[in-house]
Amino acid sequence: MRMKWTSYPYILWMIIFIVVPLALILLFSITTGEEGGIKNLQFTLDNFKRFLDPKYLDVLWISISLALKSTAITLLLGYPMAMIIAREKPKRRNIMILLFVIPMWMNFLLRTYAWLTLLGKNGLINYIVIKLGFKPLNLIYNDLAVLLGMVYNFLPFMVLPIYSVLIKIDKSLIEAAEDLGANKIKVFSRVTFPLSIPGIITGITMVFMPAVSTFVISRLLGGGQYMLIGNLVEQQFLWVGDWHFGSAISIIMMAFILLTMAITAKFDSQKGEGGRLW
Amino acid sequence: MKRSIKYFLSIGLIMIIGLLSTGCGSNKATLNVYNWGDYIDPDVIKEFEKEFNVKVNYNTFATNEDMYVSIKKGGTSYDVAFPSDYMIERMIDEGLLEKINKEKIPNLSNIEDRFLDLDFDPNNEYSVPYMWGTVGIIYNKNLVDDVVDSWNILWNEKYSGQILMLDSQRDSIAVALKKLGYSMNSRDRKELEEAKEELIKQKPLVYAYVGDEVKDLMVGEEAALAVVWSGDAVAMIRENENLEYVIPKEGTNLWFDNMVIPKGGKNKELAEEFINFMNRPEIAARNTDYIGYSTTNYKALEYLPEDIVNSKVAYPADEEIGEVEIFKDPKDFLKVYDEIWLEIKAQR
Repeated sequence: MRMKWTSYPYILWMIIFIVVPLALILLFSITTGEEGGIKNLQFTLDNFKRFLDPKYLDVLWISISLALKSTAITLLLGYPMAMIIAREKPKRRNIMILLFVIPMWMNFLLRTYAWLTLLGKNGLINYIVIKLGFKPLNLIYNDLAVLLGMVYNFLPFMVLPIYSVLIKIDKSLIEAAEDLGANKIKVFSRVTFPLSIPGIITGITMVFMPAVSTFVISRLLGGGQYMLIGNLVEQQFLWVGDWHFGSAISIIMMAFILLTMAITAKFDSQKGEGGRLW
Repeated sequence: MKRSIKYFLSIGLIMIIGLLSTGCGSNKATLNVYNWGDYIDPDVIKEFEKEFNVKVNYNTFATNEDMYVSIKKGGTSYDVAFPSDYMIERMIDEGLLEKINKEKIPNLSNIEDRFLDLDFDPNNEYSVPYMWGTVGIIYNKNLVDDVVDSWNILWNEKYSGQILMLDSQRDSIAVALKKLGYSMNSRDRKELEEAKEELIKQKPLVYAYVGDEVKDLMVGEEAALAVVWSGDAVAMIRENENLEYVIPKEGTNLWFDNMVIPKGGKNKELAEEFINFMNRPEIAARNTDYIGYSTTNYKALEYLPEDIVNSKVAYPADEEIGEVEIFKDPKDFLKVYDEIWLEIKAQR
């Protein structure tokens, strides 16, 4: 198909803001050289070799396992939530979705900061715990706090795509299943769930990607003790100034994300009714 | 339909191009200032803007390292920045700083002599003093019942989960080096490895590694002990009288934050005007009063309330500071410092 001229601005946009930066990251990741522009760069694979050190692989492993955990939790929480919303009448459904989306209008950083005052030693939750006569809990600056931050921030990215698939499921299919004698569990496992897989796949990708690369949540709620892969990249770029190693880490992370997308795409072979968010 | 899309798109494109080419559209000169977070009285900036009819573009950083990288590589041009001693040394060495025309800064005479002509910038060719201070331990008297006089208390298991460390590599490694009795400018791999082990050993006891949040956490009594810069201690004690600041007996770091003019700035004269303005006694006093740090401007002391001038935390006598060291640029050892810090942070 011949491209319409109206698509040129978008192509230009993509070249400037997507293709060129990606090419630069790739270039930096396979080169070395202190300064002085592109002329002085020398080809090397040392940046990647350096990453094979156990201390960096540990960081990668911790990031991936935290991201997987948070994706699993958002799925377990988000799926029933999406189903509940999708079952409501359109008017109430829209209000519920709106209520779900409104917090996202607030700045992400602000919402994460808010957790600091909730979870702190003298925070709101501990205040209640102490009033009830218990010992204060250690809620912040640990694995759980980071996980909570991820689940809280990324839950809408799981609920919305699943919801948008669920409301598009043809009701007559469910009725047909019921007419044929399927009970509620069967209807869900044989009709609703298989049809919603495209939404689940989109949800998983959209939660896993930001979760594996986050550096703000781990810093704020992890108290600077949690070196995730995102923090490692941030550190290389902002503090150490080693853009080459930072780029190599980014490339490795991108490879991982592409890999997970390829795996999830495989599960998505049914190609549903186009319920993907994008 | 198609025609109208074409029409709107062209209009849109023209507008975008127009916006890009005219910039912000104001004729006022702008001054780009790059300072530590929470390190100036914001009204002072407004006053400067008004008096000189300019716009100040004010940005902040959290650590020296952070500032260095964005000046060196960020593609941004700042007219004035506020690095510390060892970082000034490195920036001079790497030719990142502009020489300051001292004739343009008559208020340099308001600076106390002991803050001038220091090792990192002999003759103050590149930098003008702003604030100074020490690094020490702030603790909550109600939560700590031991005598706090040594860095060792930060390794005391009794206070597990109640200790805050600085999320700044030089400062945290310095604490460990001093605890071990080494120089905080150590260039000995073995000593640095030992310091690393100490910090890794300490990590389970640490509540969090923080920057400016330390103030909220200590004032809100969320933690018992914290490593802080003296000026922050002044600000915290002002808000919570249970807090007390101590300079450990093993010695500490004496630091200086100066104003510099990075190369590549577009407005050197205005930058010098700004540095001079900041050293007017009443302006320096307002900044000092607002942020709690210790001014290098002796004439400003006249404008400050008694309790600040007499504060032992902000203006300690020499014998109270004890043995001090000023940070030096680690130069070729920087990589070792970076590596150690990364290993500490990545440790679980």
